[in-house]
Amino acid sequence: MEFLKNNFFLLFITFAVFYGSKKLQQKTGLIILNPILITIAVLICYLLSLDIPYEEYSEAGKMIEFWLKPAVVALGVPLYRQLSSIKKQLLPLAVSSFAGCVAGIVSVVLSAYWFGASGQVAVSMASKSVTTPIAMEITNSLGGISSLTAVVVVFTGIFGAIFGFAVLKIGGVKNPISQSFAMGMAAHAVGTSRALEVGPHFGAYSSLGLTLNGIITAVFTPVILHWMGFV
Amino acid sequence: MLKQFLIIFGFLALGELTVYITGIKLPSCIIGMVLLTAALKLKWVKLESVSKISKFLLDNLGFFFVPPGVALMLYFDLIKAELLPIIAATVISTVVVLIVSGHTHQLMRKLLKHKSDKNGVPEK
Repeated sequence: MEFLKNNFFLLFITFAVFYGSKKLQQKTGLIILNPILITIAVLICYLLSLDIPYEEYSEAGKMIEFWLKPAVVALGVPLYRQLSSIKKQLLPLAVSSFAGCVAGIVSVVLSAYWFGASGQVAVSMASKSVTTPIAMEITNSLGGISSLTAVVVVFTGIFGAIFGFAVLKIGGVKNPISQSFAMGMAAHAVGTSRALEVGPHFGAYSSLGLTLNGIITAVFTPVILHWMGFV
Repeated sequence: MLKQFLIIFGFLALGELTVYITGIKLPSCIIGMVLLTAALKLKWVKLESVSKISKFLLDNLGFFFVPPGVALMLYFDLIKAELLPIIAATVISTVVVLIVSGHTHQLMRKLLKHKSDKNGVPEK
């Protein structure tokens, strides 16, 4: 069946599975039914069971992946909208996003390494807390495996969205603004979607966290990994 | 809508140009994002001129990274071999980021309280 690897058919499947799983998540309200995760899993099963090599799929996939970079440029719009909020509490935001960013990079690389990961895997995990397009770009520029980064980023987001608020409460972070900000810092857009469920005001602080961490991580990951001797 | 595409791709091209000229170790799209924010702030670009396309792109942000995620099938052996470090490091580090950024922000707000929260209500 040559048709089963037709480019437009593969694109159709990608749209259909994502749309279907998004509806399913909305209906059930289960954060664990992440549409990105489900679509990736379904497509991999489809390609493997029909013996279609990834290269065939990537012809179609490139059409979708192409929009990642323009989407990151578009993040400038929410960033602009939050400029006044950033200015009002510049110092707390700057200090805590810098602290969270450095702690995140150092802790993920060191613990991966301690648990026996190879250098290339550890490097690919460094940017795990920021939104995927940024994280993958960082990994690409460091010579890591950007596909692995994409998977770790999604896993981080889902873990953060499910357990984030509980971890913060147990850890003694009681201020709701600090909690939302930390959700965006640690679990990017998936964490932000969880914060939005608490209220739009909290979603704003969470998206501020994801934007700030994205920029700081992009700037400092190469520097920190260089200091740690990984690149 | 054409103008909206023009602006977004204009800033992306500007980011690419910056990387090409300076050789800076930053993704071109991040540079484009910062330049777009600056242009909006300086009123060189009107918010309405990019609001539609940015809503479209950001609403579907998740969808765009399905194909790179599918590429994971090329790395099954690598992931299987290092499954424990990958999962352990992700969980540990996510907890670390949550606690460090949350506590630092909370502490800084408390320290600066006399300045920012004069009425005792959290600022917006």
